Amino acid sequence: MVSSLGDGVDLLYIDRIFLHERTGSIALKGLQEKKRPLRHPENVFCTIDHIVDTLPGRGDETLMMGGKDFIQSTRASARDAGITFFDIGDAQQGIVHVISPEQAIVLPGLTVICPDSHTCTQGAFGALAFGVGSTEAEHAMATGCLRLEKPKTLQISFEGQLSEGVTAKDMILYLIGKYSAAGGSGYSVEFCGDAVSALDMEARMTLCNMAVEFGAFTGMIAPDEKTIAYLEGRPYAPKGVDWTRALCDWQNLESDEKANFDKKITINAADIPPMITWGTSPGQAMALDGLVPDSAKMSDPHAQQAAEKALAYMDIHPGRPLSGLAIDGAFIGSCTNSRLSDLRRAGEILKGRKVAEGVRAICVPGSSAVKRQAEAEGLDRIFTDAGFEWRESGCSMCFYAGGESFGLEQRVVTSTNRNFESRQGPRVRSHLASPETVAASAIMGHIASPKEVEDGTL
Amino acid sequence: MEPFKKITAVGVPLLRINVDTDCIIPSREMKKVSKVGLGEGLFAGWRYKDTSGREPDPDFILNDDRYSDAQILLSGVNFGCGSSREHAVWALVEYGFKAILAPSFGGIFYNNCTRNGLLPIILAEEDIALLAEWVAENPQENRLVIDLVRQIVSGPEAVAFHFDISPQDKDMLLNGFDMIDVTLQRENEITAFEQQDRRIWAKLS
Ligand code: SF4
Repeated sequence: MVSSLGDGVDLLYIDRIFLHERTGSIALKGLQEKKRPLRHPENVFCTIDHIVDTLPGRGDETLMMGGKDFIQSTRASARDAGITFFDIGDAQQGIVHVISPEQAIVLPGLTVICPDSHTCTQGAFGALAFGVGSTEAEHAMATGCLRLEKPKTLQISFEGQLSEGVTAKDMILYLIGKYSAAGGSGYSVEFCGDAVSALDMEARMTLCNMAVEFGAFTGMIAPDEKTIAYLEGRPYAPKGVDWTRALCDWQNLESDEKANFDKKITINAADIPPMITWGTSPGQAMALDGLVPDSAKMSDPHAQQAAEKALAYMDIHPGRPLSGLAIDGAFIGSCTNSRLSDLRRAGEILKGRKVAEGVRAICVPGSSAVKRQAEAEGLDRIFTDAGFEWRESGCSMCFYAGGESFGLEQRVVTSTNRNFESRQGPRVRSHLASPETVAASAIMGHIASPKEVEDGTL
Repeated sequence: MEPFKKITAVGVPLLRINVDTDCIIPSREMKKVSKVGLGEGLFAGWRYKDTSGREPDPDFILNDDRYSDAQILLSGVNFGCGSSREHAVWALVEYGFKAILAPSFGGIFYNNCTRNGLLPIILAEEDIALLAEWVAENPQENRLVIDLVRQIVSGPEAVAFHFDISPQDKDMLLNGFDMIDVTLQRENEITAFEQQDRRIWAKLS
């Protein structure tokens, strides 16, 4: 913190700024128009992930009208600004929240921002990482700081152990389903507890990724030996004596036992089943083997209205199961679930099996590095043999930018983080779930659990 | 950005919960690296009959003539949740909105509003419902008054609600400040911090 500005507002020093062509381009352009220099171009990174095509052999041309303009304008602005730029075709290219950890650009104890709401993903490293608007990104680039009102704090403890087959994705959907998509509104969340410590770094990122879907300012997890083991030796990690100094500082980052939180939530990890969303808000989530809730029985009239609207949009019926519902698409990708461990787990299910007829199945690795490593392990063959498309890395059909879509009213099971109306394309019906559930559903041709694929039981 | 002081304007009730920024401005409507040209795409998924055309859907409230010059939007909890796209705010502003009333807002969206002269006002759900009902009776006559200096929204006679806003945001809106200039006045403090920062390991070169 640089200084206190009074009235609870601090001038906060920003250590790392990440940009992408969707919202970062406009921030760079804003600075250039006003002839404002960047205070520390060496702290600013930019990738191409949102609009770029993920079809093999891609270039600057995109299916999205005007997409090329975003890409080329970002490239030109990034060069002029002298920032580090991961271009199409570069080995480091990928989805911003996947490559920042891969490159160790995010580190424990740093402040990291990006004009992208899922920047909270990077809180998994014990960094204060949060999404901002383009104007705020400009502010940080020009001044090295942001004015920030300190959010309230919320500790969410997942105690005990997860049941077999339950993932970080299920944990976060369970939380949002239980406390609503506005449940974390105004809070900075710290995830803790045995079930969180037990997660590997990639799963921790999945958990923190959806803190923003809970309405939270950000999510974070205190660094531990797993964090350190993950970061050591990566390109932007401190080296030599700096690494030793960093380790020393990081030891002090854990919230001490008695830290005062404004609010605490405790969840018994064993209560969490595999989850899936039924509606058009991540809060409209249910157990994969459960029944769609009855909107008529909801006590809050607004929630009831929203549920009715969502049921109509999704074309599903209260009181019935979701499993067994025929699907048109299956998508594995996005900053939530597109890392190597996600692809490996999905690959386990796909191995030696075929995607059901009539289902369009797509896998988009989260970064070029993930893609290379997956190919080295032969995962690409497992996916393509099963009938999945195997793509170049990027955000792809996680969101619809005017290019590719699944098609009107198609039902898609997806490993992404947002099931908003038309998020994945005009009138597409998205069901959020873990990569395992997406893979299983793709094989069965309907919403299904991995268990159903294995032994035919629900 | 234009300073905000006091307005008297038509309000439009869109009392849905979790109105996300994808709904406010669908991604497909963000066609250029630009902050302008977005007003037409505002609520495009609800406002137009089909996704490619521009034929108004008469069922959507913004297409009701009585609200055609609305400047105040009344909505439900978690307004502006989702994507950080500032385009949502640019679109609302270009369309003509000056203030949004909701019981709660998406955090990034809230900050984007104040940085662009759009006033986000947090009021209790029942207070918004009361104002919405009054507005709907006769939108053109029943205009809402928002006074930022006194932090008050008034509706029907003798009905006025106080709202909270941080002094920093209030200042910024009242004066139409560009915060980069304001912060740059603290150049000395920032440089001093950079020189004292013990986290040598965090420096990139
Ligand atoms: S993968 Fe999806 S959610 Fe993640 S940054 Fe890209 S568009 Fe956003």
